[in-house]
Amino acid sequence: MTLDIDISKTLRGSGRSFTLGARLRSGGRSTVLFGPSGSGKTLTLRAVSGLIRPDAGRIELDGETLFDSNKNVDIPARDRGVGYVFQDYALFPHLTVAENVGFGLSCGCFGRLDKAGHARVAELLALCGLEDLAHARPGRLSGGQRQRVALMRALARRPKVLLLDEPFAALDPLLRRRMRREVRGICQAAGAPTVLITHDPDDVQEFGGTVALYETGAVREIRVFEDGPEGGAAAREMLLGAHFGAYGEVAGNAGENRGLT
Amino acid sequence: MPDSLLPLLYAALIPLKLTFKVSLTATAGACVTGVAAGYALSRRGLPGRELLDAVCTLPLVLPPTVMGYYLLVVFGRRGVVGQWLLERFDITLVFTWQGAALAACVVAFPLVCKAARTAFEGVDQGLENAARTLGAGELRVFMRVSLPLAWRGIVSGTMLALARAMGEFGATLMIAGNLPGRTQTLSLAVYEAVQAGNDDQATFLVILTSLVCVALLLASGKLLSRKYA
Repeated sequence: MTLDIDISKTLRGSGRSFTLGARLRSGGRSTVLFGPSGSGKTLTLRAVSGLIRPDAGRIELDGETLFDSNKNVDIPARDRGVGYVFQDYALFPHLTVAENVGFGLSCGCFGRLDKAGHARVAELLALCGLEDLAHARPGRLSGGQRQRVALMRALARRPKVLLLDEPFAALDPLLRRRMRREVRGICQAAGAPTVLITHDPDDVQEFGGTVALYETGAVREIRVFEDGPEGGAAAREMLLGAHFGAYGEVAGNAGENRGLT
Repeated sequence: MPDSLLPLLYAALIPLKLTFKVSLTATAGACVTGVAAGYALSRRGLPGRELLDAVCTLPLVLPPTVMGYYLLVVFGRRGVVGQWLLERFDITLVFTWQGAALAACVVAFPLVCKAARTAFEGVDQGLENAARTLGAGELRVFMRVSLPLAWRGIVSGTMLALARAMGEFGATLMIAGNLPGRTQTLSLAVYEAVQAGNDDQATFLVILTSLVCVALLLASGKLLSRKYA
């Protein structure tokens, strides 16, 4: 996967404004956007998925232009082929687990699945061990199970890239460690490249790859490591290293306060 | 007692039947237009949203006679729409049950519209966005996410609209008149019974109307209080 982003976006709230100016290029199977809360990571992912429209710039994925303000290109979110796992999972509360997973495969207004769709849903549910809960509503699931459903729902359409927005932040520490490994394994098995948002150095350690450091609405630095835990350990060292000034501080704090967030 | 009730019930049957015909037609119309308007008003990008909302609420606050006059001007034989309907389709709304349904529809519309707007605004935008990233177009987002999640609020508003349509008096009187057997609904029949000094009939009709309305309100409240497990 190659992802090429160069965008700017200004958000205006009551009396405050935030400007994102993100430029980054990544070619590996794993990309991590690392930085403190409010530094523009989620805004970047939303722009890539097409949920917000940047003020200017362009976004390219695997050579295809998803957005270009100069050429007036803005492919709608539904046609981008980008999977998104939301921070709060955003599971449809009125649909069952199977219906959630199959949402992106169904056609028409009433969400009917064809034979291939049913098979794909069954395959995905088996992959994450949720067959028994296929007909349960998301309200009955635990945090880890919800995350699996959200992941499978995003993977069902075989996206060109999977965007993960702080996927482990809402889990308790023990489960977080397990899910980290499991999520990466599933993405690897599904052959989906990932772009992960986090402020937890342990996430970086598990995923590795290209690490983009965010600070107050801009990408300050990009470091390329090996994908997966092999490169992740070095990436974590880098983040925790005091010689990284502001990042070191952020990462260090995140490391100490883990479990409180 | 049952002996004296029977003629009262018999006399009430025709207006009762007419009331159901008029109010159900009106509610169906108010439901479709109200949901569409409520959805449009719940979208943030809509220009002049609050002004449109005020216009949609107008039938709720205007005196029914004023509403009725507007309807006469627009849908009367010489009204812009009325003349067109007459020439093109040979439809007359003045002094017909269809006119009564139109009047009831217009006054019931804001109740559906308001409830639908609130319900659509209560739907998590994150869920609508999730559907978009899963390849759903706006129609599918509406049919599979927004509408099912706003359903309860809409049904509750529709129940209120039905109760309101059943009780509609002023605007109906203006456009459809008070013709027994043709446009005389329950509320108009009560008026006539009181005017004619027929107290027993009036009491019976009042209790009947109240019971139906209480049942509707109870059903509407029950629908609102349930949540997804």
